[in-house]
Amino acid sequence: MTASNMQDYVTVLIADQLFGIPVLEVHDVLRGLSLTKIPLAPPEVAGALNLRGRIVTAIDVRKRLGLPKLEDDENSMSIVVEHQGEPYSLMIDNVGEVLSLDLNELQPSPVTLNSCWKEISGGVYRLENKLLVLMQIEQLLNFADNSTIAA
Amino acid sequence: MKPRLPPIGNAWSKLPRIVRDLSHELGKKIDLVMHGAETELDRQVLELIKDPLTHMVRNSADHGLEMPEDRVASGKQQTGKIVLEAFHEGGHIIIKITDDGRGLNSEKIKKKVVESGLASEAELEGMSKQQIQNFIMRAGFSTAEKVTNVSGRGVGMDVVRSNIEKIGGTIVLTSEEGEGSTFTIKIPLTLAIVSALIVECCGERFAVPQTSVVELVRASTNNNSDHTIEMINGSPVLRLRDHLLPLVHLNEIMRLETAADEVADRSEVKGSEEFIIVIQVASFVFGIVVDRVFDTEEIVVKPIAPILKNLSIFSGNTILGDGSVIMILDPNGIAAMSGDAVVNSDDASKEEASQARTQDEKIALLVFRAGGKDPKAVPLSLVARLEEIDVGTIEEANGKKVVQYRGQLMPLTTIDDDIEIKEEGRQPVLVFSDQDRTMGLVVEEIVDIVEDQLDVEMISDIDGYVGSAVIREKATDIIDVGYCLSKCFGSWFGDAETRPFGDNGGKQKVLLVDDSPFFRNMLVPLLKTAGYDVSTAENGAEALKKRDTGETFDIIISDIEMPEMDGFTFAEEIKGDDRWNGTPIVALSSHTTPGDFDRGRAVGFSDYIAKFDRDSLMSALSQTLKECGSAK
Repeated sequence: MTASNMQDYVTVLIADQLFGIPVLEVHDVLRGLSLTKIPLAPPEVAGALNLRGRIVTAIDVRKRLGLPKLEDDENSMSIVVEHQGEPYSLMIDNVGEVLSLDLNELQPSPVTLNSCWKEISGGVYRLENKLLVLMQIEQLLNFADNSTIAA
Repeated sequence: MKPRLPPIGNAWSKLPRIVRDLSHELGKKIDLVMHGAETELDRQVLELIKDPLTHMVRNSADHGLEMPEDRVASGKQQTGKIVLEAFHEGGHIIIKITDDGRGLNSEKIKKKVVESGLASEAELEGMSKQQIQNFIMRAGFSTAEKVTNVSGRGVGMDVVRSNIEKIGGTIVLTSEEGEGSTFTIKIPLTLAIVSALIVECCGERFAVPQTSVVELVRASTNNNSDHTIEMINGSPVLRLRDHLLPLVHLNEIMRLETAADEVADRSEVKGSEEFIIVIQVASFVFGIVVDRVFDTEEIVVKPIAPILKNLSIFSGNTILGDGSVIMILDPNGIAAMSGDAVVNSDDASKEEASQARTQDEKIALLVFRAGGKDPKAVPLSLVARLEEIDVGTIEEANGKKVVQYRGQLMPLTTIDDDIEIKEEGRQPVLVFSDQDRTMGLVVEEIVDIVEDQLDVEMISDIDGYVGSAVIREKATDIIDVGYCLSKCFGSWFGDAETRPFGDNGGKQKVLLVDDSPFFRNMLVPLLKTAGYDVSTAENGAEALKKRDTGETFDIIISDIEMPEMDGFTFAEEIKGDDRWNGTPIVALSSHTTPGDFDRGRAVGFSDYIAKFDRDSLMSALSQTLKECGSAK
């Protein structure tokens, strides 16, 4: 096993499901910043926030995955990623540890997955006691085209 | 409060040195002149344009300017000049880079274009000089014969262009061979500073650019205040001095009401007071109802995230002094949206529909009296001047009444032949002018200028009248200026003279597509007097029927908002079929948003003109016809 096949992932928890985001894509981990709502925006867009002078668009990942709203959203966390030069803050339930995983062990996502999950999943890792879904940021943010936007 | 922003001079500071070095290296004498170095701009933009600017100045020095001996040979001063200019203009920052060098050689570019396979010779034939010159901004394109270590590698102008387009700007090149070139960079407001009014609605704050705010009005829903919001079939309106101002509730546009029930409760406690921001978008004035109005702040507009780009009601967002993010409203978007909302609502009753029209088609009318008690009216935009002439100065020439006016003879006419011009005293005259000819219409009294919606309810078949409409609750005859013009000039100069465009003697055929009978009636005589052969159609579908019967036209003028088939679809239909696809189409619209404009261009309109703007219509017509005439 060569080192080049190892990839570090930040694990995040959304509705008890473990997701992995490549660690190099993560810019920041945030907790509890005040959001400015954006009326008429797609439902997945939770709002905008000020991160050290940059305007970051907050994405409600639960909404994106078709999950119900987190009831106690006081303690929710966000992970800031950059996509095409624009910062996005992904609202998630909790952030876990950083795992180093072997790319060779990545399994394709099961075909029976819900379509919006299948879209964002880049594969599944079988951890000892849990499954980890590899999150594809680009697909995650690619909802503006297919969702209908309120006119 | 004025935010401290870097002046563009910061990006220019290194240029004199670069130019000096270049002039040694290339053996040229170069004079760099900089104007407007103090023009402020966003730091982000400054960083982004620094390199492109440097590149362009190097370009100008290397390609643009000639060697001193060549310059002397072509009668120029030995020292070449590069001028850098920056200034604010209408919400944009303009940066110009001008050199007085050799300019661009279109032939050389054409050759290169064909060699590199970017376009075929046939395609080039149909292009304007400017289009051809702008090829130099394509990737991998260089006309420099040899590659120097300064430039000529063919990477450059395309990078410059993409850098500028990245921040939403445009770059335009104009060049005259032998005289020099000018690059004009236009960077829009979205990254610049605006003064904005901060308002609150349902607990959310928004910024409104102050440039579009006309005034603020405090209104009540009960009768305590001078201003009361009244309802017409559920649509709120406000009597504001002598106007009726259509209102939109910001919370309804934003669909905030459901999300903020508590806030609504609170606003009831707050009282029955509301604030109305009176907004003007082009000629459309409307009010936005908000809960609270805060102070104004100077804000730096930042573009909104790409995934929100289709939200036309926001022009950007920014961070306020207290660190919170705030969305900036785009009055254009709100206007478009509120207009749509009225038209598209399911129970769109007639009142609402006609109200939407009011917003669309409000025009200024000059009301006057001439012959009979009934008032008469003419669109103000057609009137060149109002004059009062002394009846004593009226002379007779060739059996016509004329008056000496600004060194020319101006024929006078009346609407009906039986109207007598007074024996003495002064008489008001409406002066109409068409190119270099003027004509005076003698009236009895100029009553008023009214801004109103124009719906011609009865079409007149009497010469000289378009029809009748209700203006200020009175039946008013709308006079046909085209008829008056032809009455004066038709017999004066003969028909041939009134045909300024027909260089081949044959009349140019125009198809006018517009659903409003008023405009058809208004424009047809105008176009006819201008020497066109005019046909009309009520909508796109009807126009296409004409196509199916094999008729051909030299140019098509089409309205955008039409029932059945709108202008965009119509244009797409035309461009998609080879029978008419060579025919230029000019769009005519009462509201021209940049979005409409782009869309218009995209579907193949050659030009986009505001309704009522007769002069630009006429010049656009002749221009377009001339262009395609020379392209053939």
